[in-house]
Amino acid sequence: MSAAITLENLTVTYRRHPALHHVSGEFALGSLTAIVGPNGAGKSTLLKSIMGQVRCNSGRVVKHADAGRIAFLPQQAEIDRSFPIAVLDCVMLGYWGRAGLFRRISVAMVQRAEQALAAVGLEGFAQRSISSLSVGQFQRVLFARILLQDARLILLDEPFSAVDTKTTEDLLRIIQSWHTQQRTVIAVLHDYDQVRRAFPQTLLLARNVVAWGATEQVLCHDNLHRARTMSEAVDEHAPLCAVDVASLAAVAAQGQTS
Amino acid sequence: MMLLHDVLQWLIGPFQEFSFMRRALVATLALSFSSAPLGVLLTLRRMSLFGDALSHAVLPGVAAGFIFFGLSLPALSIGGFIAGVIVVTLAGLVSRHTELKEDASLAAVYVVALALGVILISGHGTQLDLLHILFGNVLGVDTQGLLLVAGVSSLSVVLIAALYRGLLLESFDPSFLAASGGRGTLYQQLFLMLVVMNLVASFQTLGTLMAVGLMMLPAVSSRLWHDSLPAQLLNSALQAALAGYAGLMFSYYASVPSGPVIIVCAGGLYFLSLMFAPRGWLPRLLRRPHLRA
Repeated sequence: MSAAITLENLTVTYRRHPALHHVSGEFALGSLTAIVGPNGAGKSTLLKSIMGQVRCNSGRVVKHADAGRIAFLPQQAEIDRSFPIAVLDCVMLGYWGRAGLFRRISVAMVQRAEQALAAVGLEGFAQRSISSLSVGQFQRVLFARILLQDARLILLDEPFSAVDTKTTEDLLRIIQSWHTQQRTVIAVLHDYDQVRRAFPQTLLLARNVVAWGATEQVLCHDNLHRARTMSEAVDEHAPLCAVDVASLAAVAAQGQTS
Repeated sequence: MMLLHDVLQWLIGPFQEFSFMRRALVATLALSFSSAPLGVLLTLRRMSLFGDALSHAVLPGVAAGFIFFGLSLPALSIGGFIAGVIVVTLAGLVSRHTELKEDASLAAVYVVALALGVILISGHGTQLDLLHILFGNVLGVDTQGLLLVAGVSSLSVVLIAALYRGLLLESFDPSFLAASGGRGTLYQQLFLMLVVMNLVASFQTLGTLMAVGLMMLPAVSSRLWHDSLPAQLLNSALQAALAGYAGLMFSYYASVPSGPVIIVCAGGLYFLSLMFAPRGWLPRLLRRPHLRA
C-alpha cells in the first residue's frame, strides 16, 4: 500500500530537548491511525510537524503528492470562542481553500453546509453565535467544517477531550465514514478502549516510537508499560545524542527484511 | 417653526459659516469610517492596546520629518508611516524568530521608538511643536491634509472589504488558515499597515496620542451592542462619526481644543453603551422570565 505521509528520522526539539526523537515510519493512504502515549510524548508535536508548524531539528516529513488536501483540527484551547461569528459562517470557513477571498458562496454550497450541520446533529443551530455553544457542541461545529473541507488527509488533535459519550459516539461515526471513503485519518487519543474499538492502526509514542502497527499488537501490556515508564521530566544533563547514519541505515534495512 | 429653524441653525451653522469647520468635519467623518472598523478588528485579535503602542511608535518618524522639513504635513506623515512600518516589521520579526510573543516584542520596540522621538524633537524644536504633534489640531486641516485623510480612509475601507474573509479567518483561527494554505502573516502585516496608515492620517487632526481614541473607543463600545461582526463594524463607524460631529460642535461653542473633546465624546458614548447596551450593565438588572428548557 502506498504512503500518504512518511516520517524520515524525524527529531523535533524544544530548547535542545527532544519532543520527538528519531521517529521513522509511514501512514498508509486511506489508513485510520490513532496516536497514543503519555502526556509530553510528542503527539501534538508530531501533528504540528506534519502541518509544518514546528521546525524539524533533523530528519523530515514527506507528504506524498496523492495525499491531497489536509484538514487539521488542533486542540480546542487555541480557538477564541468569544469571536462574534454565527455557527453557519464558522462551518463555511471550510470552503476557504476553494473560495478564497473573492469567489461566491453559492446556494448549493450553503445547503451543503446546512447538511453538514445536520450530520453532526446541530440542525437549528445555524444562526446561533458560537459563543452560545458548549464545548462539545463547538467540537461538532469544527467537525462539520472538516466535512466541508473535503480533505483527503485529516489530522485530529485530541478531538474528544471534554466531550460527552453521546457526542463522542456521533463524531466517531463520522470518522468511520471518512475511513470508508478512503480518506487518511490520524487522531491523537487517550482512551485505549476507544482506540481498540474504532482504530485499526495505532502509533504508540513516548518521544521515540514504542510501537507502530495493527492496534491489538501495539496496545499490548508490554508496550504500554514501556510507554508509561517514559520519564516526563527532561534530563537537564542529558549528553548529546549520537545516532550515526550507519546504524540508522541498518535499522531501516532490518525493517524491510522483517 | 422658528424654534426648529434655530435648532437647525445651531446644528449646521458653524459648518455653513467657516470652511475650516467643514474641512474638520469631513476629515473626522472620513477617519471614523476607516479607523473604527479597524479598531473592532484589533479588539477581536485581543490587541486593544496595540493601537496605543503604535501611535507612540510613529513619533520618531514624525520627529525626523519635522527636523528635516519643518511642520510640513507630507513630510510628517511619510516619516510617521515609515517609522510605524519599521516598528511593526521589527516586532513581527522578533516574535517569529524568538520566543517572545507579539505583544511583548511590540512593547519592547515601541518604548524605544517613543524615547527616540522625544529626544529628536526636544533637541530640535520648541515645546509648542511637541504639543502640536502630540495633540494635533483638527481645526488646522488644510486641503492637502484633507486629501491625505480621504485617500487613506478610502484605501482602508476598500482593503478591509476586499480582504474581509482573510482578515476574519486570520484573527479567528490562524492555525486553520495556515493549514488550508493561506498566508497568515501576509494578512496580519497588511492589516497592521492599515492600522499604521490610519493612525498617521489621524495624527494631524487628533494628534499622535489622541488618534487611537477614535479607533478604539467606538470599537470597544460597539462590541456591547451586537453579536455579529458586520453589525459591530457598522455600529463602531457610526459611533465614531457621531462623536466626531458632537466633539466639533462642542469645541466650537465652548472654545476648547477639538481633538480631546472628540475623544471625550467617544468616551461618553462608551459610558452610555456600558450602561444601556444589550451586553451592558442595566439589562443585567432586568430579571426577565426565563424560557422553557
